[in-house]
Amino acid sequence: MSWNSVCKKDDLISGTGLCALHNGEQVAIFYLGSTDQVFAVSNFDPKGEANVMSRGLIGSAGEEIFVASPLYKERYNLETGACLDSEELSLKTFGIRIENGEVQLAA
Amino acid sequence: MSKPTSSKQRIVVVGNGMVGHKFIDSVLAQAGVNGAEVITFSEEPRLAYDRVYLSSYFTGATADDLMLTSAEYYTENGINFVVNDKVVELNTEENYVVTASGRKEGYDKLVLATGSFPFVPPIPGNDQEHCLVYRTIEDLEAISASSKQSKVGVVVGGGLLGLEAASALKNAGLKTHVVEFAPRLMAVQLDDGGGKLLRRKIEDLGVEVHTEKATSEIVAGEECRYRMNFADGSFLETDMILFSAGIRPQDELARQFDLEIGERGGIVVNNNCQTNVENVYAIGECALWEGRIYGLVAPGYTMAKVAASHIFGGEEQFTGADMSTKLKLMGVDVASIGDAHGNTPGAQSYTYNDEVGQVYKRLIVSEDGKKLLGAVLVGDVEAYGGLLQLKLNDMDLPGNPEGLILPAGDGEAAAGLGVDALPDSAVICSCYDVTKGQLKEAVAGGATDMGMIKAETEASTGCGGCAALTKQVVDAELANLGYEVKTDLCEHFEYSRVQLADIVRVKKIKTFDELLVSHGKGHGCEICKPVGASILASFWNDYILKDEHIGLQDTNDIFLGNMQKDGTYSIVPRVPGGEITPEKLIVLGQVAKDFKLYTKVTGGQRIDLFGAQLHELPTIWKILVDAGFETGHAYGKSLRTVKSCVGSTWCRYGVDDSVGLAIEVEDRYKGLRSPHKIKFAVSGCTRECAEAQSKDVGIIATETGWNLYVCGNGGMRPRHTDLLATDLDKDTLIKYIDRFLMFYVRTADRLQRTSVWLENLEGGIEYLKQVVCEDSLGLAEELESEMSNVIGTYQCEWKTTIEDPEKLKRFSHFINSDETDSNLAYVAERGQRRPAFKEERIAAVELVD
Repeated sequence: MSWNSVCKKDDLISGTGLCALHNGEQVAIFYLGSTDQVFAVSNFDPKGEANVMSRGLIGSAGEEIFVASPLYKERYNLETGACLDSEELSLKTFGIRIENGEVQLAA
Repeated sequence: MSKPTSSKQRIVVVGNGMVGHKFIDSVLAQAGVNGAEVITFSEEPRLAYDRVYLSSYFTGATADDLMLTSAEYYTENGINFVVNDKVVELNTEENYVVTASGRKEGYDKLVLATGSFPFVPPIPGNDQEHCLVYRTIEDLEAISASSKQSKVGVVVGGGLLGLEAASALKNAGLKTHVVEFAPRLMAVQLDDGGGKLLRRKIEDLGVEVHTEKATSEIVAGEECRYRMNFADGSFLETDMILFSAGIRPQDELARQFDLEIGERGGIVVNNNCQTNVENVYAIGECALWEGRIYGLVAPGYTMAKVAASHIFGGEEQFTGADMSTKLKLMGVDVASIGDAHGNTPGAQSYTYNDEVGQVYKRLIVSEDGKKLLGAVLVGDVEAYGGLLQLKLNDMDLPGNPEGLILPAGDGEAAAGLGVDALPDSAVICSCYDVTKGQLKEAVAGGATDMGMIKAETEASTGCGGCAALTKQVVDAELANLGYEVKTDLCEHFEYSRVQLADIVRVKKIKTFDELLVSHGKGHGCEICKPVGASILASFWNDYILKDEHIGLQDTNDIFLGNMQKDGTYSIVPRVPGGEITPEKLIVLGQVAKDFKLYTKVTGGQRIDLFGAQLHELPTIWKILVDAGFETGHAYGKSLRTVKSCVGSTWCRYGVDDSVGLAIEVEDRYKGLRSPHKIKFAVSGCTRECAEAQSKDVGIIATETGWNLYVCGNGGMRPRHTDLLATDLDKDTLIKYIDRFLMFYVRTADRLQRTSVWLENLEGGIEYLKQVVCEDSLGLAEELESEMSNVIGTYQCEWKTTIEDPEKLKRFSHFINSDETDSNLAYVAERGQRRPAFKEERIAAVELVD
């Protein structure tokens, strides 16, 4: 698997997201400082039909870490992309890792 | 011809409308996926869709949005289906049907769900190109096409469907008329008084209503395409005509092949929904039960369930249905229960008719005055749920039935019906047939909040009309069982917002992480994070985009702008008191022009610029801040605006300087974050042009000082303010407002406006007066000092942000590219641009940059 660096780890702020352009796709990247985890999902909100997911709020429901859409607040599991509030909705997920201070997405 | 292939029953369903589909779902529910071999035919090109919400097609819903099922769903569940093929022949001796395409199918059980067709009165000229009906999606497509070539439209028929059709024409921009044969609108459901008020309200909306008109012919028009000549010699010109003069059962097939038909049409069925042929059933609008056709979906659904039950050996019976209805027609609330016309011998009535407020309510009661027989409600249908329960459960009326329809006086609750009075058999949710008894059982079984109740019983998951009543039943039952009603904010904190606010204030907690570690668990969520952010800001007033606070901020706060539906933002600079210099106005105009921002004046006397992309925000705000503007906090749960009238400086009637005071208080409280948004207004005299009595804080000048009003609201549930204090000098006024606001910040629930907060405050306005004006809790000094801390630490968040290059990094669409969001598309409208609708993107309407 090859990896594509999109930004520095220092660009990430705990508990927030940002958006990267990756192979022509908009990818929302989130960082949870308390557990030092990163997540990557599609930036397109399938319900609101706008590229905004990176601007959503992240949180937990039981053991699941989620991002809530900034438009209509549906929650999506950041590891699986599954929507917690509707079986019909989901987000594409991307492989992501931090290597030498670089945030990398699976190409 | 295909033959039954197994011991499974083979069921043919003729018609795949709402009721036919419901029948199939009932079969799946009763017998499971492999319990029967089912095949359904539809003459329409698509499977079942929602005809109840048909009119939403004109407000943007697509045929897909209306679908109730799909080919995938039927395939997955083993249901065979054929669309675009009408059943034309029926043999009840040899048990088979034949379709228009020649397909022949045998059955063990046949279910006719053929529905109805619109009745078109036999008027000469009724078959012309722009004479249409309103029933199927194809009809809607034809109406939509015709309305594009028309300026004037007439709906023939002022019933429920006719008025919906009229609403559709009006939404399409046509001058709309309704022509009704009867002397009033909705003649079946409403009495004279109700019909009169409905007419007045609809005419106020610009729809012309013509009653007692019988159309004699439709001929070529002079001004418009057609002219309708009426029997009384008058006429009306129109470009298109929509017939909505009632429905007729679609019983053609049954009629041709010798099933028993009623005198005026309809396939005769018994309590099992069987026709005169034992293995043939009829359900929905084509079925005639005890001489009645039921033209509503709920009875059709009941018939579907009954037929399925009978086929599989169940015992459900159809024993008639309640035809009470509650609906909104062109924004007008209308409801009708039971015997709305008082046709029952000896019936008496109570009438409340408020011509000023445009509310009409009438109760029909039995001869002895003990039972409710029916009701008509127009303009205010809040009483519907309670009245319907009285009627359906045949309960005794209270001692003063008029209290059920009279408006509540000041400070007292409307005389309603306590949920405790309802019998366990009372149906609370009629969409899913959930009774009070079932709700109580669910509560006893551990379902203690609405989410669990919905999952357990399905109550209030249909139309949602019973949500309030369901919650009341659940809360009452919880109280009966001795439960403490849970006020936990969310799964991460076992505290209410008020308790968390106390913890933060008393323990001087400065960050959310600190609060989560010491008093919560997990990682927080979209509920508790913004609440935490708001509480921290209310007491410590830190810059909200600091690293430790930024992840807590909700959609709008996190980029200091209101996110619009396409992900762009709106920009609203503060314009204190609504006073603005020409120079500043020009700056706003120039910015809007340069960045192509859609511009609109707000209700709070400022200017809203829409459509700024994330990366443009800092550039725009730099220009605005340089010109002397500050952030307007339109994105925050915080002080929004202080509206004012022009006051004594210009107005001939003004008694004090309302603009000056408005600017002063707006500057004082700007940046105060609170449980919900806060709006003020200041009027310079009792004419009250600033509408201060609808605000959270209203100030009105009198000859003898300022009067202070609090806890009003516009919006979803309007509330007039209560008078807190009169004849105040300015220093006392400010002191009282300081105390009032901080007391609200400390004690209100999450997202609770001051109006609801006051309604829930024990002791109400009298108690609030004691706390604020008489300092009964000894808190005054503390509250004032907390407010002075907020005022002393104010900063313009946008000014701080544009001066910090680290913070500005986040204001770009991509972290690794200067490209912008390629998904944005705009069209021009009235000289500005707006986001393109989905249909416009698909239809390639001319987009603009």
